[in-house]
Amino acid sequence: MGELLKLEAVRRAYGAVVVADAQSWSLAEGEALGVIGPNGAGKTSMFNLITGTLNPQSGRIYFAGQDITDWPAARRCRAGMARSFQVPQPFGGMTVYENALVAATQGAGARGARAEAICLDVLARTGLMPKANARAGSLTLLERKRLELARALCTQPRLLLLDEIAGGLTDGECHSLVQTIRDVRATGVSIIWIEHVVHALLAVVDRLIVVDFGRLIADGAPQAIMASREVREIYLGLDADV
Amino acid sequence: MSQRVTRSSRLSQGAAVLGLLVLILLAAAPWWAGRADMRLMGEIFLYLSLATLWNLLAGYAGLVSVGQQAYVGLGGYALFALTILAGVPALWAIPLAGLLGALVAVPVAALIFRLRGAYFAIGTWVIAEVFRLGAAQVSALGGGSGTSLPADVVRAMASGRDAREALAYWLALGVAMAVIGLAFAILRSRLGLALMALRDNELAARSLGINIWRTKFIVYVATAGLTTLIGALIFVQKLRISPDAGFSVNDWTAFVIFIVVIGGIGTLEGPIIGTLVFFALRETMADMGSVYLIALGVVAIVVMLRAPAGIWGLIRARTGAELFPISHRVRGTTTKETADGKKA
Repeated sequence: MGELLKLEAVRRAYGAVVVADAQSWSLAEGEALGVIGPNGAGKTSMFNLITGTLNPQSGRIYFAGQDITDWPAARRCRAGMARSFQVPQPFGGMTVYENALVAATQGAGARGARAEAICLDVLARTGLMPKANARAGSLTLLERKRLELARALCTQPRLLLLDEIAGGLTDGECHSLVQTIRDVRATGVSIIWIEHVVHALLAVVDRLIVVDFGRLIADGAPQAIMASREVREIYLGLDADV
Repeated sequence: MSQRVTRSSRLSQGAAVLGLLVLILLAAAPWWAGRADMRLMGEIFLYLSLATLWNLLAGYAGLVSVGQQAYVGLGGYALFALTILAGVPALWAIPLAGLLGALVAVPVAALIFRLRGAYFAIGTWVIAEVFRLGAAQVSALGGGSGTSLPADVVRAMASGRDAREALAYWLALGVAMAVIGLAFAILRSRLGLALMALRDNELAARSLGINIWRTKFIVYVATAGLTTLIGALIFVQKLRISPDAGFSVNDWTAFVIFIVVIGGIGTLEGPIIGTLVFFALRETMADMGSVYLIALGVVAIVVMLRAPAGIWGLIRARTGAELFPISHRVRGTTTKETADGKKA
């Protein structure tokens, strides 16, 4: 399997605060990567750099073999990269179905019946069908998180970036979400998932990276990383229940 | 799959039938209305067109321009220049003016799109002032005091005064229908969906593949071209132009913003309702001088406090009604659904 995403010495700082410190790593096609680290470690900034909402000060980013460092966010999405936002960003005045349709028509470039089919399929898979005609602005936090996932899927991505999508869910909801994401993965979509709910993460990913102060401080098999005393002690707290 | 997506409702189908009947009635106005009534209705149609275009710009694309008078004035001056200086027949000069407006809008957009929010608004006004001062320098068109459309140009438009008045009326009606039809078509298309998305959330719109600059650019250039065309039509009726009349921020932007905000910004129905309210106020109070302007201000303040989404916004929030079927309804998501598609 080839490389889908590659970061080469990507750096970004706000004054003295370094959110990405010469990060170099890559993701293989079809891989599911988990990202953990304390709050403020630079996890969401990493997503912003990858998806183009934030520009690196130095370094290059490659997606599917192309240098996308200077591409705007919209172009990266059309090239097959979709994300969910940690704080949901719905199109509040539009219905749930229309939110999905924006993603299918713009991100996936689908039209007419095909766009409709993509949306209905994704809404069914993400459990949002009963809310299809509701205004997105009227949704609960939980439903908004599902809408984030649904919209990202409607762009038919090769790479899906999930930002704390399981936060605040009950165990049952979390279980069904994990199942949904596993199904997505089974269709060949690569995943990078930032998550504090570690047991949900471990049920899906096959590789884990730990980020702090914008640096990768660990990278490897999930079980090995979680067993590492250093990770538990410094970055998750000694008594972290994982 | 048991779900399907529909767009029209019984209400919108009824509105379409009613709208068609009203259109037929209006098209026949030269046979049943007096000259003064036709002039008033012609003016109403042109204001309706301006309001629909400004709504597309500000209400959907988020481009709050207070400088659309730049294009109304440009249209008027293009008409006078083409007919007087180049000898183009007036009826040809009108679409040519529209084309010119769109061309002029391209470099203007490249310039003012560098500005955001309030700065953008002020920037559009500055552009309009530059246009006004520029027009005042053209001595062949009367400089600062303006000029009139020569009698032979006017006479060449149609045989006789009645025929000319009817022609001007039909042009205004036709343009209003074309502008509303175009706005409707845009809003139902992929472009319209993108516009509504970026109206609601630019960050998400960008992340879902929408090229925001291009989307706004298309809308800006299209509305500028049509506003210029309407400007030419306005001054075909007025027969006289001056820089102050052509580039009046009051007449071509302030009143238009009033109409859109009162009726309901970000809805196609809003400008129609707003235009009717505006002309109802004007026709009943215009003789009262400054009291009329005070009344307009009071209405604007009351609507903004009581119904910030405008009259149609209030109706829609209460009933979910939609006369122009733009939104999508998924049928078959629940077992129980009411006739208008709202979930019970």
